[in-house]
Amino acid sequence: MISLTINGKSTKVDADPNTPLLWVLRDHLQLTGTKFGCGMAQCGACTIHLDGEAIRSCVTPLSAAAGKQVTTIEAIGETQAGKALQAAWLDADVPQCGYCQSGQIMSAAALIKQNPQPSDDQIATAMNGNICRCGTYGRIHSAIKQAAEDLKKGGAA
Amino acid sequence: MSEINVSRRGFLKAAGVSAAGLVIGFYLPGVRGRAIAAEAPAQQIQYPPNAFIRIAPNNTVTLLINKSEMGQGVYTSLAMLINEELEADWSKVKVESAPVAPVYNHTVFPIQLTGGSTSVASSWEQMRRIGATARIMLVQAAARQWQVPVDECHAENGVVTHKSGKKLSYGELADAANQLVPPTVVPLKDPKDFKLIGKSTKRLDSPEKVNGKAQFGLDVYLPNMLTVVVARGPVFGGKVKRFNADEARKVPGVKAVFQVPTGVAVAATGFWPAKTARDLLEVEWDEGPGGQLSTAGLMTEYTDLAKQPGKVANKHGDAVSALKEAGKTVSASYAVPYLAHAPMEPLNCVVDLRKDSCEIWTGTQFQTVDREAAAKIVGLKSEQVQIHTTFLGGGFGRRANPVSDFVGEAMHVAKHLKQPVKVMWTREDDIHGGFYRPMWVDSIEAGIGADGKPVAWRHTIVGQSITTGTPFEGFMVKDGIDATSVEGAADLPYTIPNLQVDLHSPRHEVPVLWWRSVGHSHTAFVVETMMDEMAHLAGQDPVAYRLDLLEGSPRHQGVLRLAAEKAGWGKPLPAGRAYGVAVHKSFESYVAEVAEVSIDDGKVRVHRVVCAVDCGRVVNPDGVRQQLESAVVYGLSAALHGEITLDKGRVQQSNFHNYPPLRYTEMPTVEVHIVPSEAAPTGIGEPGTPPVAPAVANAVFALTGKRLRSMPFDKTTLA
Repeated sequence: MISLTINGKSTKVDADPNTPLLWVLRDHLQLTGTKFGCGMAQCGACTIHLDGEAIRSCVTPLSAAAGKQVTTIEAIGETQAGKALQAAWLDADVPQCGYCQSGQIMSAAALIKQNPQPSDDQIATAMNGNICRCGTYGRIHSAIKQAAEDLKKGGAA
Repeated sequence: MSEINVSRRGFLKAAGVSAAGLVIGFYLPGVRGRAIAAEAPAQQIQYPPNAFIRIAPNNTVTLLINKSEMGQGVYTSLAMLINEELEADWSKVKVESAPVAPVYNHTVFPIQLTGGSTSVASSWEQMRRIGATARIMLVQAAARQWQVPVDECHAENGVVTHKSGKKLSYGELADAANQLVPPTVVPLKDPKDFKLIGKSTKRLDSPEKVNGKAQFGLDVYLPNMLTVVVARGPVFGGKVKRFNADEARKVPGVKAVFQVPTGVAVAATGFWPAKTARDLLEVEWDEGPGGQLSTAGLMTEYTDLAKQPGKVANKHGDAVSALKEAGKTVSASYAVPYLAHAPMEPLNCVVDLRKDSCEIWTGTQFQTVDREAAAKIVGLKSEQVQIHTTFLGGGFGRRANPVSDFVGEAMHVAKHLKQPVKVMWTREDDIHGGFYRPMWVDSIEAGIGADGKPVAWRHTIVGQSITTGTPFEGFMVKDGIDATSVEGAADLPYTIPNLQVDLHSPRHEVPVLWWRSVGHSHTAFVVETMMDEMAHLAGQDPVAYRLDLLEGSPRHQGVLRLAAEKAGWGKPLPAGRAYGVAVHKSFESYVAEVAEVSIDDGKVRVHRVVCAVDCGRVVNPDGVRQQLESAVVYGLSAALHGEITLDKGRVQQSNFHNYPPLRYTEMPTVEVHIVPSEAAPTGIGEPGTPPVAPAVANAVFALTGKRLRSMPFDKTTLA
């Protein structure tokens, strides 16, 4: 049994400690918002926050999360940055197929938290690990800028 | 109509689909009208509105959409079409995927499918008629209740109002309306009265796609379900000779290891034990002839074939003689590789097989085809099989498989296990899995006259047929020519007096499939880069040269002019930058793109792509912009980076590190300009893809003087 906190709830998981967090979230806990895209930290579809840092859950073993705080797309809307990003995402009508968008929003949320007013280059660098086959990068960019702007108006991120 | 009907019958026969099953009307409880499917002329088909529309007492309107949502925005655009006439309160409109039934068939192809950029074009009238039928019934129900003439009643925003001011909501009227006989005469709005159509409308599926709630096939979990991964052979067409699963079976959570026609299946309590066990399998394969295949060998074979006459796809005048007499000639060979679709969501299929029924959850573009295949594998009647179409995490053609590969395999697994299963593909399985865009080699010889205009064009195309050997063969292949192999090449819009287009369709083990824009993905590249060469040979501006040769096609000219104007064609660019242009018609839509490029460390960098599109009347303008943005990125991924290669029959790529899609930092600015039009709507999912590669290649020539004639461009070092 490994104990960790997932979206604010303390949770005990009975799984091989080597199991990637992605499969713990999906197969054990049915938190299916976090997606499988590549299994080798190439695409970012599985991005979650571990103690506030964006990580690729497909290559992070359960053991690495013991005693830590995990945040997934299901709860990111409860944070100020996550809420602002989701609203901006809807404003720019970002998603197409939508499969990569959980990971995109989780990467963007980690960026905004660390750097509330990122430059274009800083956004690009932070988001470069998240692949979108539908090509929504342009709208993602607008949405991140918008969310940063909204957070500035509404107070600190 | 007769022509379409003949094709439909031909299709039914070729597809081996029971014609009777398709022409039997589809009856829904509560509806007295019956759908007369498939064979009846479109204008006479009555669609029972409650097959598509459900109105709840609380006024929530649920629309059942018969097209798969794979990112193209079809849930929103078809809902807009229905509601334009239904006049429900748009804020109360929800969508669900339709089940599989003949009433949900495509209006042209007699099966339920999503593809060919046809959804809006083929549903344009049908969906509006469905909405109008329901609205008329709701108004009739209100008039009956008030005992007033219907023409004193008016429906808007989910409410029927009598001229006296009395009101009844759709929710209050739904039950009574459902008892009425659907009207036979269903007039549609004058387009000038459209309220929704033509206005940018937010996607209905966005809210659940930003909070993780949207359900894709991979997200389906059933009680007592096992997760299965399959070890497939290293070579196309290979078979399992023998396998040893002793170590695999020791992995905790593994429940079964067994052979299926495609390989060895490992079933476990979750993905991780299944995948861990699969890695421990020892499988010996009978490779068959597929083990001999290599890209180098295929290139030699194709290049030889390109020098020989093939089957004639189009011919007018005498290109061979005209080439000898032409003032100046140019010849070139082109090569484009196999491409994987690589949708973000790897393929998967959930099956719950019972004794006399079966439910399938998957993201498919091909419901009828998959259902027939599934039923056959497990010995059920197709009506006993239901498919729940989930969201598709990208399709691009990969989820429209005439041989139902991922659904069929899951059925074999389910048949063996006798409990609910989810068969999952890894990214490696996807990249290795075949059903690629075919590899193509093209050769073109062209000549211009003294006035610079083309006088001769001889084009030879070499590549596998996508539809031969599938149920679509009877529909797509005529006199040995697969229409999807020559589209965009045999039907040039340019005036060329002597033209011949030949086709060779070699056959071998690599399975091929339609990939966003199908044949156009290579024909636009070769045709539009060759047109650029001819413009330079003639000493003319590439835009002006094309406009002159496109006099017979004002819609080509329209998009070309618009893209050039918006891009600032002809205006000076900063040093180290250049423009290139291409224009191409596909799926009945016209797209011109101007690309602005530079060279960065020997590689092409695309800064900006200006698109102009004429796709007839636009339903959702922002949806059109999304599709063009998407098509440009998809086309650029292939143009710059994408290739699948083979050595000793083995695919040499495996995941996104060596089959890299375009990433964020490579994203150009994409501008989309729409030509206003009152013509019938045409395709939008695919037509933005073909012009981007030639526009970029032509820009690279303008900048460096070097012609890019093979993809991906990354393989050529530029200075």
